[in-house]
Amino acid sequence: MPEIRNYTLNFGPQHPSAHGVLRLVLEMDGEVIERADPHIGLLHRGTEKLAESKPYNQSIGYMDRLDYVSMMCNEHGYVRAIEKLLGVEAPVRAQYIRTLFDEITRILNHLMWLGAHGLDIGAMSIFLYCFREREDLLDCYEAVSGARLHATYYRPGGVYRDLPDRMPQYQGSSKWHSAKTIAQRNDARQGSLLDFIDDFADRFPAHVDEYETLLTDNRIWKQRTVGIGVVSPERALQLGFTGPMLRGSGVEWDLRKKQPYAAYGEVDFDIPVGVNGDCYDRYLVRMEEMRQSNRIIKQCVQWLRDNSGPVAIDDHKVMPPKRAAVKDDMESLIHHFKLFTEGYCTPPGEVYAAVEAPKGEFGCYIVSDGANKPYRLKVRAPGFPHLAALDEMSRGHMLADVVAIIGTLDIVFGEIDR
Amino acid sequence: MATYSLTRNARLDTLATAVRERFAEFGCDLLDEFGELTLIVPVDRLLEVAWILRDHADFRFEQLIDLCGVDYAAFGQSEWETEEASNTGFGRGVDRDLDLAVDDPKRFAVVYHFLSLAHNRRLRLRVYAGGDQPMVDSVIAVWATANWFEREAFDLYGILFRGHPDLRRILTDYGFIGYPFRKDFPLSGQVEMRYDPEQRRVVYQPVSIPPRVLVPKVIREDSRYVKAEDGKESANA
Repeated sequence: MPEIRNYTLNFGPQHPSAHGVLRLVLEMDGEVIERADPHIGLLHRGTEKLAESKPYNQSIGYMDRLDYVSMMCNEHGYVRAIEKLLGVEAPVRAQYIRTLFDEITRILNHLMWLGAHGLDIGAMSIFLYCFREREDLLDCYEAVSGARLHATYYRPGGVYRDLPDRMPQYQGSSKWHSAKTIAQRNDARQGSLLDFIDDFADRFPAHVDEYETLLTDNRIWKQRTVGIGVVSPERALQLGFTGPMLRGSGVEWDLRKKQPYAAYGEVDFDIPVGVNGDCYDRYLVRMEEMRQSNRIIKQCVQWLRDNSGPVAIDDHKVMPPKRAAVKDDMESLIHHFKLFTEGYCTPPGEVYAAVEAPKGEFGCYIVSDGANKPYRLKVRAPGFPHLAALDEMSRGHMLADVVAIIGTLDIVFGEIDR
Repeated sequence: MATYSLTRNARLDTLATAVRERFAEFGCDLLDEFGELTLIVPVDRLLEVAWILRDHADFRFEQLIDLCGVDYAAFGQSEWETEEASNTGFGRGVDRDLDLAVDDPKRFAVVYHFLSLAHNRRLRLRVYAGGDQPMVDSVIAVWATANWFEREAFDLYGILFRGHPDLRRILTDYGFIGYPFRKDFPLSGQVEMRYDPEQRRVVYQPVSIPPRVLVPKVIREDSRYVKAEDGKESANA
């Protein structure tokens, strides 16, 4: 009888289901995983070190590039840490806008996750469905900040600007689209951004139903996810899980409820939790989160319609003065100049502020020595401990299940490698 | 929201009292700033404190949210002296060679962030790891999630974790030399990489661009931030 040996399989870093640049060294006994050793850092850009060399506001854009599918939530974490350090608080309208966009971001993230996770384990069409809705939400990003992905929209003390009164529309006809199609696509874009978001929120629950029709009772989907990557609540806490990963194991914990920030204390929503802690439960949790996000969006839109007000604090040491004021007021000009060349100095000290990002707890720890740059910035990325648990979660599973587990972890290398 | 912050402060106070009472004998120090508690623990008592923080009914910090290294070598040093620079101009005002406190026993610190789900509280813990050969005990046995976080702190700062089963580099390149997040490591790095057509492979060579300061680090005397002396607002800070 020939001797049977364990062998090592190199998975990635260029593998379609490795979600970017994950390199996995798998020790296998036949088709069963004995040990999984993720090699990360292929996307390490030294964001934290870069932030140490720049004034506070110049690093907001780096936050978008951490978890590049939940951009504004990352900004929110960073901006909240600075606000805590400075002792300023954004006006109520800005808080509602942040809540609105955090939830839009959550849906964006979960759609991306669902599409990619589906593709990984063999459900092709779900990807196209998800990206259809993502397009509308990215248009909201673009309308409000000018950029589809890397928005840099949140600022310490508020947001960059108020929501636009007009939603941008598709122009003319081209050889790709007839005038009729264009008119159809512009149908929801006749009013303001809020009208467009409201229209989206009306349509979206039906879309989630569509996704669920495709997957929730799908036999293949269940075979690939039920009982795979089971994590008990105790282990989930030990392994530092947060967000849907923790809730999928049945721990009811959500920073939006437990330590409310922005306008989360004022809106009504529920926290879904799983029972078994397997990939299927985490899938169900995320699906329900999309519905709950939709609820929050509805409430925020209503509030923003009913109430107006400033979207940034009137402190020109932190927020730039109005453009018109810079033109004819010496003091505003000086403020503008100082803010964009030197930035602002924070009081010395250290703060940690966290938000419930779509993937879990995203936190920023800032050490300041009283300068205009952070002395040390540590980004607590939710994906980092999740990926660290891959070894434990995949042991004893088959090779194909590793792909399902990577999918359920919802990892994005921008934030893990930083 | 007002009621919420009130309850939060009350919770913070109970935690502060409990921590002070429990850890006074360990020689720990407690800071209360920005509504956050920082416990400074002597490096040799770390593990004892960690076990108590996790298991004692008053604390129950089930989760280690974050662990990171900090290098305090350039703390409080500015690259631009605001007083003198106005006479000399920007270029001459920028000080590129900071006077780093390399041998300071408080140079390296490891900072832990804990979260208690049972009590809904957070706590920060800091140990000073020493300056020359920074080393602290690994807390993997207490919180499994410390594994990768400690590898990261080792990779970026060269802090050793006693008892870590697998202390390898994690974020930097295979074969990387140096600890990139230390303050004496230049932002642009030591080596750069290019394809060498003659050798027909990728080669490393010393970095060709000199380090630059784009926006100098400035520490301003700001009367708003002077603690509890006179609460007077200054017009031009």
